[in-house]
Amino acid sequence: MKNTIKQVFHSGKFLVGFFIFILILIICFVYPLVVTHDPLEMVGSGNFYKPGTYVSQQEAVLDPFYTLNIDASEGKLSLLLGEEEIEKMKEYLVKYAEVAESEIDTSDPEAMVELWQERYDPELKAKGLTSAKRKSYRRLDGEIKDAQKSADLIIAEKDSETGELEEVKKIKGTSFVNTKDILNKRTFLLGTDNFGRDVLTELVAATVVSLRIGLVAGIIATVIGLLLGLLAGYVGGLVDNIILFLTNLFTVIPSFIILILISYSVGTSARGVMMVAVIIGLTSWPWTTRAVRSQVISLRNRDHVNLSKLSGHSLARIIFTDILPYIASYVVMAMILQISSGILAEAQLSMIGLGPATTRTATLGLMMNWAMQYAAHLNGSWWAYFPVVIVIALISFSLNLMNTGLDQVFNPQLRD
Amino acid sequence: MKGYKKYYGQKLFWYLLTLIFAVILNFVLPRLMPGNPVSALAARAVGGMTDSRAIEKVINDYIQKFGIDKPIYQQFFMWLGNVLKGDFGVSFSQYPRPVSDIIHSAVWWTVALQLPAILVGWILGNLLGAVAAYIRGIFDKAILPIFLFASNIPAFGMATFLLFIFAIKLGVAPASGGYGYDLIPNFSWTFAKSVISHYQLPFWSIVLITIGGQAVGMRSMSIYELNADYVKYARFLGIKDSTIVGYVFRNAMLPQITGLALSLGTMIGGALVAEIIFSYPGLGTTLLTAVTGQDYPLLSASTLIITIMVLIANLVVELLYGVIDPRVKANQQD
Repeated sequence: MKNTIKQVFHSGKFLVGFFIFILILIICFVYPLVVTHDPLEMVGSGNFYKPGTYVSQQEAVLDPFYTLNIDASEGKLSLLLGEEEIEKMKEYLVKYAEVAESEIDTSDPEAMVELWQERYDPELKAKGLTSAKRKSYRRLDGEIKDAQKSADLIIAEKDSETGELEEVKKIKGTSFVNTKDILNKRTFLLGTDNFGRDVLTELVAATVVSLRIGLVAGIIATVIGLLLGLLAGYVGGLVDNIILFLTNLFTVIPSFIILILISYSVGTSARGVMMVAVIIGLTSWPWTTRAVRSQVISLRNRDHVNLSKLSGHSLARIIFTDILPYIASYVVMAMILQISSGILAEAQLSMIGLGPATTRTATLGLMMNWAMQYAAHLNGSWWAYFPVVIVIALISFSLNLMNTGLDQVFNPQLRD
Repeated sequence: MKGYKKYYGQKLFWYLLTLIFAVILNFVLPRLMPGNPVSALAARAVGGMTDSRAIEKVINDYIQKFGIDKPIYQQFFMWLGNVLKGDFGVSFSQYPRPVSDIIHSAVWWTVALQLPAILVGWILGNLLGAVAAYIRGIFDKAILPIFLFASNIPAFGMATFLLFIFAIKLGVAPASGGYGYDLIPNFSWTFAKSVISHYQLPFWSIVLITIGGQAVGMRSMSIYELNADYVKYARFLGIKDSTIVGYVFRNAMLPQITGLALSLGTMIGGALVAEIIFSYPGLGTTLLTAVTGQDYPLLSASTLIITIMVLIANLVVELLYGVIDPRVKANQQD
């Protein structure tokens, strides 16, 4: 036994998979200890805030300033010049200022502004230039000039009695705040989701729940598969025929469909996290049954089993001492695969809206489902779903690597 | 030929039996649960009605139509009769459109997407796997981890990757739907072009997933075969390398075909969910609308059609296997 374990840990594939999996587990345990926010707390009050550190605007204004000799107008310009404004500038330059289109580089706002200042003529009256358009160009010009002037901003407070504005503070273009001075801030490494929840914190919590679903589903599927496989393989005869028939039936009828039918029929009120795990477990046993059955059949007529039979040992004893130890490695490998496919099944089920019917826990599938329902994939909010996809892929990658590694240890023929 | 007849006969019989069981499951599973779907149907139909006599009439109508007052086997035959006539009832979420009409328009999108995608992915994957096993070295070392990782990305995950890169960032492919939202399906050049450009992303996301899984399997199968005695013997005999590779490929192929038959259901399930990402007008998206719209007739019909599709695909694979594997022929002739 000790030797086998040693051998297993010499397999490179197993080690890599084991390492990734343990890393995921450690993150799942340690992260909640460090970040103690409620994973489902709705911090943001809008959809899909970008990843980054959010600092209190009021505090940033009121905190002490440092003067740095950095020209902040560039940042202001790029803030002002969106795609629309750039297009507008380009249109003017090409149509009315006779600049060749090839000279304009829309990806370089600074050069565009320079060109604009050089060529823009507010008094120009050209054909097709309506007064509304002229005014809008003038406004744009004014905005660009304002941004470049880097005028001071004035922070004022409203007097509660008289309603008059009272100057509190002047902010110069060269004023900076040290982010360390700001106490009211929150970092969302992966932004927020459609409910305004911190994606990273939610993701860790969801991974724990999904792993639990996978484990429960895997255990149930393995227990059923093992029992049926042992029964079919060892008892044989009619029992074997019936079980084999059922197994073949359920490998051909897609388990995904049976999963959908059962999950729908159970109804939303009963469909909690554990219920989904149980349903997944109940529909995914055929693979294990198949593997166990064929192993048991090859063991059934071995000498040591026959000897046990001749010695009059009970069925239970034969199974536990003469058969189970020989198929234990297969059962473990099958269970690893079951866990990984259980997690995937939950994700797929949730994506068609049949996952756990709850908003009080997050699972990887539910996170994916919410992100899709709020069209995160269409509005470019990658942080709401890519991390989920990557976690699912990493979990199943690590489990499959462990499985392959074990397979190579126990089946020397497969070694490269 | 006589041997084949027996083989095909057995297979056909077995699949027919499976089909019957699948149909029974489709009927029985929802009815085993608390909250009979038919009563739920009736409850939904009378929702919003206030006149008690009208409610009674509607409920009686449903009881008669589905025969809830009759024993379950009679209900089954009534249901089966309707299904055979192609009558799946009327959809709730798209009332008063009949379910068969919705299914009819969705099923071809799914078939046209998944059948070529899985086939292309399977063929490419097997070729790559065999090449990786034969060449080994850097090609193998560099490409195998990629395959391994790719095979573990769920189909919907790959769909989101492709969508993000090609539709959102590069803008070279449309992000959703099966054709331009401003078009009506017809046989025009613009429509065909629109369909083809919408086809790319869903197609390649399924192909890439399939390639990964198949290549890994084929590679280890080929390595196993390359170490077999017959290969060594052939080498001693001085048979050309390319001929040996042909033998190896053929032998390694057989388990891959069985593997395809076994994993077809899982693959199709995954691809159906990938359809949802692209709002592709196939059965996957239909399933989603059925679930979100609490549309029981539509859901039940979709699952039945998907099951039948998987069964047919499986049957075809197994029948082909009989032609390809000489052992089947030999077995049957004994």
